Amino acid sequence: MTEIQTVVHDVLVIGAGGAGLRAAIEAASRGVKVGVVCKSLLGKAHTVMAEGGMAAAMANVDDRDSWRVHFADTMRGGQYLNNWRMAELHAKEAPERVKELEKWGALFDRTKDGRILQRNFGGHRYPRLAHVGDRTGLEMIRTLQDHGIHEGLDVHMEYTVVTLLHDGERIAGALAYDRERGRFKVFRAKAVVLATGGIGRAFSISSNSWEYTGDGHALAYLAGAALQDMEFVQFHPTGMIWPPSVRGILVTEGVRGEGGVLKNRDGKRFMFDNIPDNYKSQTADNEEEGWRYTQGDKDSRRPPELLTRDHVARMIVREVKEGRGSPHGGVYLDISWIKEKLPNSAEHIKKKLPSMYHQFKQLANIDITKEPMEIGPTTHYVMGGIRVDGDTQMSTVPGLFACGECAAGLHGANRLGGNSLSDLLVFGKRAGEFAAEFARTKGDVTLDDAEIDAGVRYALAPFDRGAGAEGAYQVQDALQSTMQDLVGIVRSQHEMEEALQELEALKQRAEKVGVPGNREYNPGWHTALDLRHLLIVSEAIALSALARKESRGGHFRDDYPEKDPAFATFNHVVRRGANGEMELARETIPPLPAELAAIIEEMK
Amino acid sequence: MTATPEPLSSTHRATDAYTAAQQAQDAAAGHGARTFRLWRGADGNGEFRDYTTEAIDGMVVLDAVQQIQAEQANDLAVRWNCKAGKCGSCSAEINGKPRLMCMTRLDELPADEPVSVEPMRAFPHVRDLVTDVSWNFRVKPKITRFTPRPPDAPDGTWRVDQEDVDRVQEFRKCIECFLCQDVCHVLRDHHKHDEFIGPRFLVYAAALEMHPLDTADRTTQLKEEHGIGYCNITKCCTKVCPEHITITDNAIIPLKERVVDEFFDPLKALVRLVRGKKRS
Repeated sequence: MTEIQTVVHDVLVIGAGGAGLRAAIEAASRGVKVGVVCKSLLGKAHTVMAEGGMAAAMANVDDRDSWRVHFADTMRGGQYLNNWRMAELHAKEAPERVKELEKWGALFDRTKDGRILQRNFGGHRYPRLAHVGDRTGLEMIRTLQDHGIHEGLDVHMEYTVVTLLHDGERIAGALAYDRERGRFKVFRAKAVVLATGGIGRAFSISSNSWEYTGDGHALAYLAGAALQDMEFVQFHPTGMIWPPSVRGILVTEGVRGEGGVLKNRDGKRFMFDNIPDNYKSQTADNEEEGWRYTQGDKDSRRPPELLTRDHVARMIVREVKEGRGSPHGGVYLDISWIKEKLPNSAEHIKKKLPSMYHQFKQLANIDITKEPMEIGPTTHYVMGGIRVDGDTQMSTVPGLFACGECAAGLHGANRLGGNSLSDLLVFGKRAGEFAAEFARTKGDVTLDDAEIDAGVRYALAPFDRGAGAEGAYQVQDALQSTMQDLVGIVRSQHEMEEALQELEALKQRAEKVGVPGNREYNPGWHTALDLRHLLIVSEAIALSALARKESRGGHFRDDYPEKDPAFATFNHVVRRGANGEMELARETIPPLPAELAAIIEEMK
Repeated sequence: MTATPEPLSSTHRATDAYTAAQQAQDAAAGHGARTFRLWRGADGNGEFRDYTTEAIDGMVVLDAVQQIQAEQANDLAVRWNCKAGKCGSCSAEINGKPRLMCMTRLDELPADEPVSVEPMRAFPHVRDLVTDVSWNFRVKPKITRFTPRPPDAPDGTWRVDQEDVDRVQEFRKCIECFLCQDVCHVLRDHHKHDEFIGPRFLVYAAALEMHPLDTADRTTQLKEEHGIGYCNITKCCTKVCPEHITITDNAIIPLKERVVDEFFDPLKALVRLVRGKKRS
């Protein structure tokens, strides 16, 4: 076969969103040689779409806040399936990470006394999200990008990883192709950090970009690592639903944080109808109190629109199913009503939510300062991911690290809004730190030519089948509707069994897809190779969800609608078995240390 | 070319009331065939090819391009990420105008003629609608990086007025779609890529220069290395910016004024001569 170029780094970071860039910057600061491989151009990763802010208990707006409250909020939101060590580290370290971002040039909105302003968000007891308008993700990725380009990172843009490479049990690098020319390149590295984001493209209605095909999840799984909590997928309650082509595009929770309310077709604020017991003491019981909360009144409790995302999404689905939805199959999200409360409300909305204003004006002909938006749930985030050590972020495979959305643990059964951006920074930094240490202390790696050859043969196979075979897009579309219809917001046993059967058939189809044209910037080929990853994560989701016979967090079953304490003691973990079959197991959650248990008890 | 066009089915089984409500609405939306004239080819060689596809109310150009890609031309090269106007990947020239495909609605374009989509012309062509924009990524590191003043508080933090944050927000909205670079005649027609950083990076320099915490001075660099003098303020960049950044008036002209103050103020020139150094 033809010679393949080999590039050598100490640490290879796969993915250049918030987590990948933070990991790369950290590793480079510790004196090792760092390479970054990303599917897109630098600065385009999904982080760019984050809107609301990053959660950090800086207590700039409400001095009652502390890491302890943030920890308790995160555990409550995650229904106690979280890796408590990660929840603890995250709550403790997030403020430092935010300040560091400011040191690198990020500009956040300010309090009156000039400190970083923090806003309310669902599930957070106090205003906690550092933000800049509704484009916090852009500010974050641009800051990391503009800082990173001066830190000696070796960035390989528009490269896609085909397979991870081994030296015995240990990870030794990755085989990738460049999208532009379709040439293969081998990246040899002593440690690899996966920071590939999520899996949203496994569903038809999604707020996620094309990159979210579960690459890191699948690469790690195929390399022998374990995936955890895959049944927990977050459906964000507010995605655009009309016109059809924009369905799924995110409408930030910040709209509700600024006073936006949810109403059904009869104009009723239905979120007051059903407030879960564990949130009753923290939730307003009348509209006026809810409004005061959004305007910073410390003695008021939050409006029910700011309950956790899983709950709000299900409430919306219920309104629609029971015939009280809006004309296009969703409900109304109204921020324009605040004109009753605020002079210059139109200017206020445009200033606080500029990209939402722009998005609705441009794509839906709706002026959100004057009329309500129509919204419905959209696939947004996967809580599940690669099982990692809470302190080091190393997976169960030596030398393979994971951080950000592709790693599991921090969020348990449901993620709180704002905990993702802070997750990227806290655990991106940790992954970079420990990957650098691993690379420094372990010896060099040797690559296995046979493994590289096998990867190349696998990647080129769709061309051998050519344009006469079924195209990749048809299989991808079928997979997306299988997952949307059968493993979506409301799940049941027979539907998930059907989904697993369909996925089995789709695997057969995926192995036979063909690609027309040549290797140069050929999206048909890219999609064909993404299919394997989408199929692995879809199967992991369906298998884990089928086995969890209860409802908890992002996982809701209408055949088991209640939470079952018997399911509160373990995480589901999938691994690749000896014969290539996916195997599901339970891993007991270690008991909380007394100090952390006391915090949870105190904050109940 | 590929096998027979086969519409992608959006569903293949009975679904619940929620999904059904949405599907009913899709079916009720206006449909109609539209023709798209897409640039196909590699490395600068190519031709327009016509594709007809079913358009639905509210569709954007990127939807149509993706539909054609899925149903008729699997190997059609197009760069995109978020499809929400936030990442700046899907830049192209639509009916001759530099725009984002994901934010251009079909109902804004004349219905009685084909919609033409071609790659940006200021950058080397790769394939179909994709260009090599890597030059932009080589330019940015040449601009002096953010250099903050020492922290204001003992805990290492700063105090900043909201007003000062607001002042630079406009520049920080930039999604790096490079449409302003594409339309700038200094780059597009005169190919001064080696001498001129283009509107995007003048906005970037302005964001740094006006950052409330930054202490670096980029004036000399802007004049000597970044070719700010090439801009003759035709404002084409401002017109195509999808984030509506007033590039020329708010970013470039103030930077030009700094250069003028620094280098063409006779008094300062004299001081420079006497002291024998560039800046005080």
